[in-house]
Amino acid sequence: MAAEVEETLKRIQGHRGVTGTIVVNSEGIPIKTTLDNSTTVQYASLIHSLTAKARSTVRDIDPSNDLKFLRIRSRKNEIMCAPVRTDMKGNINILMHILILFLS
Amino acid sequence: MSESDNKEVSSEGNKEETEKNVEDNTAENKEAAQTEEKEKDSSQPEIDANANAEEEVPEGKKAEKKSSKMKAKPGKKESRTKEEVVEPIGDIPEEAVAEVLPENVFPLFMTSKTQEIYNCKCDEDVTEENPFKFIPKSDILEDMKMRAAVCDFHPFKQQILDYPGDDVLIVYDYEFKHGQNFIVALTEEAKEILLKAPEAEEGEGGEDGEEEEEDDTVYMYIPPEPKDWVSLGSEKEIEESSVKETRRKLKVSVKRIRREFGAPVQFSDRNVGDVKDGAIDCSSYDDQNFDIKRIELDKAVQAISEQVTEGTQTDWKYPRNANTQTYPREYTEDEQAALVQTKQCGDFVQEVAFDFHLALQQNEIMNVFYVDWIHLGDGDDAFGSKADNHLKEYQSFTDLQFSKDKMITCIQWHPTIKGVVATSVAEKLSFDQRIDNAAKVIMTPSLILIWSFADPIHPQLILEAPDDIFSFAFNPTDPNHIVGGCLNGQIVMWDIAAHADRLKQQRGSNRNKKRTVLPGFEDPNALKTPIVRYCAVSSIEHSHKAPVTDIQWLPDHMQINKMGVPQENGSLQCTQLLSCATDHCVMLWDTKASKMHQTAMYDEKRKSQQPSGVPDTFKHLDLTWKPILRVTLSKSEPGGDHAPTKFSIQERQGDRSALMSGTENREGDSTQTMQGGFNKPSSGKERTLQGVKTYVYVGTEDGEIVYADWMPQKDQDTGKIQTPKPAYYHVTHDGPVQSMQRSPFFKDVLLSVGGWTLALWKEGVSSGPILESSACHVKLSCAAWSPTRPGVFFVAKVDGSVDVWDLLDKTHEPALTQSVSPTAIMQIYPFQVTQKQQLIAVGDIAGTLHILEIPWSLRQATPNETTSVANYIEREVKRRAFVVERWNFREREKREIEAEAKKKAGGMAAAMAPPTEEEKELRLRQEYEAYLHEEHNFLRELGIVQDEEIPLPAA
Repeated sequence: MAAEVEETLKRIQGHRGVTGTIVVNSEGIPIKTTLDNSTTVQYASLIHSLTAKARSTVRDIDPSNDLKFLRIRSRKNEIMCAPVRTDMKGNINILMHILILFLS
Repeated sequence: MSESDNKEVSSEGNKEETEKNVEDNTAENKEAAQTEEKEKDSSQPEIDANANAEEEVPEGKKAEKKSSKMKAKPGKKESRTKEEVVEPIGDIPEEAVAEVLPENVFPLFMTSKTQEIYNCKCDEDVTEENPFKFIPKSDILEDMKMRAAVCDFHPFKQQILDYPGDDVLIVYDYEFKHGQNFIVALTEEAKEILLKAPEAEEGEGGEDGEEEEEDDTVYMYIPPEPKDWVSLGSEKEIEESSVKETRRKLKVSVKRIRREFGAPVQFSDRNVGDVKDGAIDCSSYDDQNFDIKRIELDKAVQAISEQVTEGTQTDWKYPRNANTQTYPREYTEDEQAALVQTKQCGDFVQEVAFDFHLALQQNEIMNVFYVDWIHLGDGDDAFGSKADNHLKEYQSFTDLQFSKDKMITCIQWHPTIKGVVATSVAEKLSFDQRIDNAAKVIMTPSLILIWSFADPIHPQLILEAPDDIFSFAFNPTDPNHIVGGCLNGQIVMWDIAAHADRLKQQRGSNRNKKRTVLPGFEDPNALKTPIVRYCAVSSIEHSHKAPVTDIQWLPDHMQINKMGVPQENGSLQCTQLLSCATDHCVMLWDTKASKMHQTAMYDEKRKSQQPSGVPDTFKHLDLTWKPILRVTLSKSEPGGDHAPTKFSIQERQGDRSALMSGTENREGDSTQTMQGGFNKPSSGKERTLQGVKTYVYVGTEDGEIVYADWMPQKDQDTGKIQTPKPAYYHVTHDGPVQSMQRSPFFKDVLLSVGGWTLALWKEGVSSGPILESSACHVKLSCAAWSPTRPGVFFVAKVDGSVDVWDLLDKTHEPALTQSVSPTAIMQIYPFQVTQKQQLIAVGDIAGTLHILEIPWSLRQATPNETTSVANYIEREVKRRAFVVERWNFREREKREIEAEAKKKAGGMAAAMAPPTEEEKELRLRQEYEAYLHEEHNFLRELGIVQDEEIPLPAA
């Protein structure tokens, strides 16, 4: 399983402009990263709360809806994050993100 | 009557009688006295002198005695009483007083007359209950004066005189305890004692023993009980003081005739003299009441305690986000590995990966964030609306004293301070005129005027030069340093650091400044323009031999050594400059002190010569300054040299690309050089800049554009190291080159102006200009690129107008022509002042500096303008190449034709044998016939000859 994960992430990383990927668990703690520690921790904690907020917003508007993908376009770069869709998973508590920094 | 007669006689008898009374105290005596008293008139209020005897009377008989005494009183004769007064005083008191009387209290007998005088009649004014009486001392003294020895107080005369108080206390001795009817206190102490102890004294007379015993044992408070009101005569006094009506009231009645009530009153004039006292004069007079001078004045001052207000507050701690205060939770590597291993994680990544690929591919395919709006409207307003197309007059500067009727030779904007522009002015004289008027010219100062938008009347600063300045430049890295080139070929340096503040003043601050100065302390020179003297001038024998026509600072990133090799300038300060003059050379100068010992020597020597107020920034250069490199522009073919008027090098201030390319070449030691390069004078170890082109474009007096390498090379023939021959040159302009400007967007594109034409050049294209305009109908005087639009440049003309060329609009004629000045324009210089304002400074031959605002359409680059212009230049270069190709082709063709013709002719000549005599004659004849025929035709056309009359040629 780990090898598959590695390979997938590598493939994503292979795209032009991608500077790093971070995998975060449901509590906002980084599991896997290609960035340095301080950056990872900062991104993980901040993006985690932002994604949770975005997700609750989407679900408050329509309870049957869910956040699928979040792209943050900033002046310097772009951050993409994808939370896991809990309705597809057995375990509701698990929420994961992949964060990608995409240099514009 | 009879009383007075008996006075002396009875006095003796009375004396005796009294003595006897005291000694015996017999009842008979009392009886006798009583009888005697009865005989007297009962109306007499006098107290009987005999009462003295009763002192020792037993208490049981007191009441009786009192009544008897009352009876006895009237019986006493006045005369007798008086006689008795004198007598008792001498002897009696000794025994009586000794017993009870306190010190300085004496018994006193007051006769009824005396009692009358002092208002202390016995039992009327003084009673047993109220025995006290105060007699004013003055009354006693008066009395003693009046009656002398007769006065009752006579015996105590001295003591009364000594008495300190105003009132003398006398106490009515009702019971004649002390032998007389009164006792008198002759000191204050005695008076106090008497007043305090009236009770005790009285008590002595009553049940003494019993009461004292009671007093000793119990002190009971007995509340005072109300007593019946006893009239003491006060109601009578009240009665008297109240006002009562004593007579009937007066009645007054005033009557008036009924009809006169409310009737209008009429006043009329009247002569003063008609009636007596008709006028009363109220004249002013001095009122004595108000004439009092105030001598004393009461004033009061009170001090109050100082007030202090204090406060205290607790510290406020800045609240921090708790999130940043905690350590982030992290997994260890093992835990992370374990989590990655989980199926959940794997599924998640797999599931999510697709979305990422999608999103990333979208980014790849097209930029969704491309804003169409910005790129909208390409070319819409390229030159559409004419309304906003004109140069607008913004300000104009002229100084009646310094710049009027002089020509502006150079304009420079201050590199850092906005709104400051400097102009150099020179006399409008040709060389010959100048020599003729030498005396006058020498006397007038040569100046550079520095203007600020804050003050359009007075220049902010005036720089004084040794001779007329034809070109000057601000140091780009330190704008306080200005270098100028003189008419006589010298290079001059100024340092205006001391006056930099003056230039920085904002608009209008000049006037405000005046107010801040204290009145009376104004600096009289505050509003006067300071004149700055030059602080260094180059050595005249090493300077140019002709007027310096162009001068430029080298950009700060490079410097050129003596061998002409461009090197990196680590200090990033502009220290070197290039100048050119028509004496066939371009010179390189360095402002740094080259040889320290030499400098020191000169410093010593010239310390005293430096005028006061001149900064010594460049003192080391003064009069000894030599160029470090001289680039002589000799022609490729013999016959004179090029006389440069303008030049241009490729490197530009602020463009560090040469530095970067150099870094790439020698990456190894670049960092070292960069770090070590700062604050270090050039040591010759500086890195050589490989990317810098050492070629210089020079415009000459003869209208040539010369492209030459400044780096000296070893001459093949002579072996001397000298500047090589120019790479190429073209005679393009029909007059001296006035401008040689490099485009701010393309560093290999140049604009040259000279005579009546302008030309565009591209470095590397050696065959000629890429654009050459047709001759204008007036002479051109200057040209400048727009700082913001790659395709726009401005050309000044001597008829006072400015042409605006837009290469993207049309290249055969200017896009806009605008008249700016009534006189010929000498110089123009556009400058981007702010993001929204671009100004062009235009200097004319009359000494006026016009500042014009460039309209939006001429300063706002259209989208992709740079690319378009680049494409245009590329096309032109191709065209140029094509032209050259065609030229070569034509040349070759021509040569071929010529060669062919020659060959043909040669071939024929070779084919034909030398003509015989016959043949020659035949040919001549044919030619002659042809000539005649021709002549005939001509004459016939003129109508001179007729056909018939044609003479036969062979007649």
